[in-house]
Amino acid sequence: MTAMRDKLGRPVVVVTGMGVVTSLGSGKTDNWAKLCAGESGIRTITRFPTDGLKTTMAGSVDFIPVEPFSSTDLSERLADIATEEAVAQAGIGRAGDFPGPLFLAVAPVEVEWPQRQELGRAIGPNTEINYDEMLRVSGGGKFTQYHRRFLFGSVADHLADTFGTKGSPISLSTACASGATAIQLGVEAIRRGEADAALCVATDGSVNPEALIRFSLLSALSTQNDPPQTAVRPFSKNRDGFVMAEGAGALVLESYEAATARGAKILGIVAGCGELADSFHRTRSSPNGKPIIGCVRNALADAGVTAEQIDYINAHGTGTPENDKMEYLGISTVFGERAKQIPVSSNKSMVGHTLSAAGAVEAVFSLLTLEHQRIPPTINYDVPDPAIPFDVVPNKARDARVTTVMSNSFGFGGQNASLILTREPV
Amino acid sequence: MADKSSDSKPIEAWITGIGLATSLGEGLDAHWDALNQQRINVDEKSFAPYVVHPLAPVSFDAQIPKKGDQRQMEAWQRIGTYAAGLALDSAGIKGNTDILSRMDMVVAAGGGERDLAVDAGILNAEAKGNSAPGFLNERLMGDLRPTLFLAQLSNLLAGNIAIVHGVTGSSRTFMGEEAAGVDAARIALARIAAGQSDIALIGAAHNGERKDLLVLYEFGDFNLKDKYAPVWARDAKKGFALGSGGAFLVIESRAHAEARGAKPFARLTSVVADRARRKSSGDITSTLESLWSKVGVRDGSTAIITGATGAEPATSEERAFLHTHPELPVRATGTVFGHTLETQFPLGLAVAALSLSRGALFPPADSSGQEIEMSKPPTQIVVIGAGHWRGEGMALVEAIR
Repeated sequence: MTAMRDKLGRPVVVVTGMGVVTSLGSGKTDNWAKLCAGESGIRTITRFPTDGLKTTMAGSVDFIPVEPFSSTDLSERLADIATEEAVAQAGIGRAGDFPGPLFLAVAPVEVEWPQRQELGRAIGPNTEINYDEMLRVSGGGKFTQYHRRFLFGSVADHLADTFGTKGSPISLSTACASGATAIQLGVEAIRRGEADAALCVATDGSVNPEALIRFSLLSALSTQNDPPQTAVRPFSKNRDGFVMAEGAGALVLESYEAATARGAKILGIVAGCGELADSFHRTRSSPNGKPIIGCVRNALADAGVTAEQIDYINAHGTGTPENDKMEYLGISTVFGERAKQIPVSSNKSMVGHTLSAAGAVEAVFSLLTLEHQRIPPTINYDVPDPAIPFDVVPNKARDARVTTVMSNSFGFGGQNASLILTREPV
Repeated sequence: MADKSSDSKPIEAWITGIGLATSLGEGLDAHWDALNQQRINVDEKSFAPYVVHPLAPVSFDAQIPKKGDQRQMEAWQRIGTYAAGLALDSAGIKGNTDILSRMDMVVAAGGGERDLAVDAGILNAEAKGNSAPGFLNERLMGDLRPTLFLAQLSNLLAGNIAIVHGVTGSSRTFMGEEAAGVDAARIALARIAAGQSDIALIGAAHNGERKDLLVLYEFGDFNLKDKYAPVWARDAKKGFALGSGGAFLVIESRAHAEARGAKPFARLTSVVADRARRKSSGDITSTLESLWSKVGVRDGSTAIITGATGAEPATSEERAFLHTHPELPVRATGTVFGHTLETQFPLGLAVAALSLSRGALFPPADSSGQEIEMSKPPTQIVVIGAGHWRGEGMALVEAIR
């Protein structure tokens, strides 16, 4: 019998359910087929006018209608869909009665422009609008639903009600590493013996004018709008930024022991998690790469594996000049000469950057890579960057023997998180 | 770090650093004096009809020496980065790169401070008929400061603490109003108790002097209006007065503290949390009763410090719970500091640890009869948090003799 505890004596944490939604479609089957076909989900934005914007495309999820639209409502809907798929696959608990805590990675919630404009209209045309006037019309029960909607905890609150998770649901943000952090929190809870199961969800529906403009003003976004499908160019010489995208990923984690006891199918193992914060700059990594290097090493140590055992890296690979350079520096320092041989591909070349959701979306894709023994490509790779001599699995999916995957996530605010995912316990 | 096996005895955790910057001032002596003098700093005029507890003047330079760093932050981040620095100072680890580089951090945060003038300018222009496609884009592209986004992002309070103070072992930000503050303490303690972490910085910051935030709570009619009253004396007018403040704690394993010769303020024995569905009357009361049974209160001299908000029905239901313990002295931080959302629970922990270390509970600042005097030194304080809309939590903080 395989050991129920890892090398450090902790409960082994397995994945028994997964769900995913991205700009490529809804569900694992659809997403996996399109990822392996090298399809792009990036398209010209039609949700709102793009006049005057430098970036006019995104990996928006337009096939799931949300009316009236708000990013928080879409985030909630995407999380619902991914979670339903994950919980159904795991076959755990009863409907609306998930036997463990919820860890939700979600974009910071805020009142959005349609609601602000509604207040403006409520003030009336003949009054100078300011926040005092907005306050005057806000109360009295006309907008009660916006209090519920725009609390930071509102999406987790909804999921906890819908899926019946236990205890206090945690909403978290570690920027673009949030999805990985949600998984890490679940792993830690199971290792502590606090829970036999945890629901880890990450969602993002942020494609709205102000969110796009915020990233645009930081010069973080690609402006290669035409054709939109070729905008995300991770590790290419002609990469010029990331592309905002929407999506959600959900994972049901369980202790190996609990999953085995109930006869659940094991989809993979979360063998280790690493993190390390960077104090160099709000949006840039330390030029020496030490925090990324330390994060990757922490993940390897936590999993109890060596760099030699990693046979595929699911890169953060945003396609920004800065990220891809720093990710190469970090990986090449840890992996040495092998950095040029290990396949390193970026799902974001196809789905875009799902921001708060990315860590979980890419963990699902990493586990599908292990299941299918097939590595999704990095598309739009036509002009290699000689400074980044990765094997990026250019443009075409590849069959390969994959036993141990590293999935990286890095974010603004010095956030670094890495996961080690395996097919079998290590 | 190797976890210890999940079935062995939890590792003891101490609170070894406290950082407070609030409407009462900054630092522990200033807070202790103000609490004992029953001083309350409340402003009924600046945001009238809304009542707020404004931040007392603090010299941000003392903890955030670079003006460039201060400029990159909005008020909530400055308050938090400042209070975090005070906590590190208090624990005696400011500048100790060896410890800070492996120190874990869990911050409870809101975020999203708006540029009020930009918002109003756009809405006025739209009201005057500027509704061409792309008008909003054009104005936002032109009017938003590029770095404002970084001052709005929830995880950038932690990011600023990493940059300014060098806390880099890990950085996690929890969101979700009051419950985020409970869970920050709960997760940090659980990790230390299980051997997943040796030392952690936890806390939160809140800027209550924000009209955009008042709008959010006004949607739900939660703001206290016109006249200040203690939390327990808001029968006529329900709601909370937003408060400004930052509260951070250094929590570490006893062994780690002893090895470096650190003196504890108190022991953080347990933190428990739940989420009442709040679908029927009494849900909150019964959840608090259940948490009380789990938090591990021992025989001894006990007090309660609660973050009761003044919002209904949460505060009435909490009061029903408190009435089952009529012998216990209670202090509501909301009466003194106002409501600081994510910060209220860390603030309660900080004030509890401070009281235990000074061997006394401060006197009531309330005349409703809910808060009674305590003449003997407390040996344990239960900190309670019941969110204005969701989330219940409790912690047991004990004196170390």
